[in-house]
Amino acid sequence: MLKPAALVGQVILYGAFAAFIGTFASSPKYQQIPDDVALIKLSISHLGGRECRKRTPEELAKMPPNMRAPMDCPRERSDIRLEVDLDGQPVFRAVMHPTGLYKDGVSTVYKRFEVKAGSHQLAVRMDDDLMKPGFDYIKDEKITLAPGQVMVIDFNPDRGGLFFK
Amino acid sequence: MSFHSALRKSAKSVFLRSEEALDSPFGGEDNPLRHLGAVGMYLLWLVVASGLYLYTVLDTGIDAVYSSIGDLSLAQWYLGGVLRSVHRYASDGFMLVMMLHLIREWSYGRYHGFRLYSWMTGIPLIWLAYAAGIGGYWIVWDQLAQLSATATSELLDWLPIFSQPSARNFMAPESISDRFFTLLVFIHIGLPLLLILALWAHVQRIAHVDYLPSRRVMLGTLAALLVLALIKPALSNPPANLAMVPGALHFDWFILFIHPLTDATSPAIVWSLLFGVTALLFALPLLPHPGPQPVAVVDAANCTGCDRCLADCPYAAISMVPHPRRPGLKLAVVDADLCASCGICAGSCPSSTPFRRRETLVTGIDMPQQPVNALRDELEAALARLDGRTRIVVFGCTRGADAANLAASDTAVIPLICTGMLPPAFVEYALRSGADGVLVATCRSGGCDFRLGDRWTSERLLGQREPHLRRTVPASRLHLVAASQHDGRALASALAEFRTRLESQPAASDRLPPYLRRVSHHA
Repeated sequence: MLKPAALVGQVILYGAFAAFIGTFASSPKYQQIPDDVALIKLSISHLGGRECRKRTPEELAKMPPNMRAPMDCPRERSDIRLEVDLDGQPVFRAVMHPTGLYKDGVSTVYKRFEVKAGSHQLAVRMDDDLMKPGFDYIKDEKITLAPGQVMVIDFNPDRGGLFFK
Repeated sequence: MSFHSALRKSAKSVFLRSEEALDSPFGGEDNPLRHLGAVGMYLLWLVVASGLYLYTVLDTGIDAVYSSIGDLSLAQWYLGGVLRSVHRYASDGFMLVMMLHLIREWSYGRYHGFRLYSWMTGIPLIWLAYAAGIGGYWIVWDQLAQLSATATSELLDWLPIFSQPSARNFMAPESISDRFFTLLVFIHIGLPLLLILALWAHVQRIAHVDYLPSRRVMLGTLAALLVLALIKPALSNPPANLAMVPGALHFDWFILFIHPLTDATSPAIVWSLLFGVTALLFALPLLPHPGPQPVAVVDAANCTGCDRCLADCPYAAISMVPHPRRPGLKLAVVDADLCASCGICAGSCPSSTPFRRRETLVTGIDMPQQPVNALRDELEAALARLDGRTRIVVFGCTRGADAANLAASDTAVIPLICTGMLPPAFVEYALRSGADGVLVATCRSGGCDFRLGDRWTSERLLGQREPHLRRTVPASRLHLVAASQHDGRALASALAEFRTRLESQPAASDRLPPYLRRVSHHA
């Protein structure tokens, strides 16, 4: 049979255990970004371009009938150059390399930028074939971000290339 | 002394003091600090049991997943809400207890030698537990889940394991589908199952595993969690919305601390820290540590194959094989890799009785560093030197309270590797060879460095376990004291009290007939 003092001691210690668990299971509160800040996520996954050549009729004739693809494309993909400016200031410059052992996979990027909520001028430029000069895709737009808003910069050729959502 | 040794000893001292302090209200058997592994297992079972109920009510549809769990806390607070809270708080408790268990075992130096396997198999459990815990938070799909899922995927993306960033799965509300939660539930069930399997492997090399703590500890822990669940029920944060960054959230620092840590530093630092600490834990056994002690040795001629050493070995180091020369009999075999060199097997061997008349006592299983024959010789020599009105023999544990200071003209002190190596017959032998009383100082209950030494010693001397002390030995002449390293004074007081008690009882009232081995032998 437990002595009263031991019983009281046990109640206090089990109570302390529960209090410790209960406290740090929910507090202090955590806030990832300040109240007046929004988030821009740059997330692009895209296959770089490649230089294809049209096969001549002679070349096609020499090939087995089931392999007569009209275009001769290399397996490797081009690097992709990406630039992001916010309010005229460069915030991101990168050349994304294709994934895969044979460099035939997508080039990807994922970055997050914390910016003050409000209006900003956002410019994104992407060149997905470095063999050609200049940027193939450009999007320059005035955006308005609410506090805590997440805005994504993405790329989809079916949606006209670069887009903000 | 190296920095590591100094740090370890400081931590050990803190644990020892804390355990001793908790012995007062709890007692050794119910002291949670002395049974952290078992308490952790119990908390895991609470998590599993409460989780089974939560699984039955969970709707894995994208729109229903939040409400199915959220409503539980409101509409069914008395059952589902309480179980949800117990599920969360028991998980937090498990994390806390697991880390305490890890630090305690490290501080006691239990990471090399025969404990190497348990140490190595314990490290992956930490990763599994955290993976299961973090994944569990996602299922609720509230803003905390959103924060954790996004932060975890961003952290994982730093490693070159995905061809596309996994964080792209959490870019916009439409990125998430019903399948995500179905997969999540399977992962959240699969990882704990893996954890249980890994725990089973973790305890494979120990015998008499405490899969659960004592009933009082279980009731106390459950009551504490239930009260907490009623006072502060676990509730969801607002529903997830991937188009917005969550605001200030109630945050579980036991399980999700890694996210603020990543925000405050960088994924590179966090991964370096995680892999670094894991590598350090794996490499710990390579650091300098005391060399191995000689392991138990079996003498085939004296082993009767009785199984008692097999039953008592705390580390499953003994197995029985057919005796090579005695058909139908078995022979004990010691696995040197598993043997803790505690001598508990020698104490359990019926052949270890000092009453055997052989000049050289050879027992069935013995410790080369302190053979039973040497113990008998030491006892006989000590008894021959004893003088005074009340002569007492003290059998002490070298890892428990230091009994050496008690040695005097009327007190003989015989230190043992562990009191579990004391064959009970030695108590009777001492009493019949001139001692007025025998004091056996074990470690405190649950505090034996070899897990079971104190328990086996008490049970054998109280006649509850074989080999037991003969019932003809008067209980008044035996004093069993549980004393830890810091209990030197308490042990001295116990000895003084015992002496007073012996001196107050009528002379020769219960004295056993003398036994002189050499005379008897020659007769």
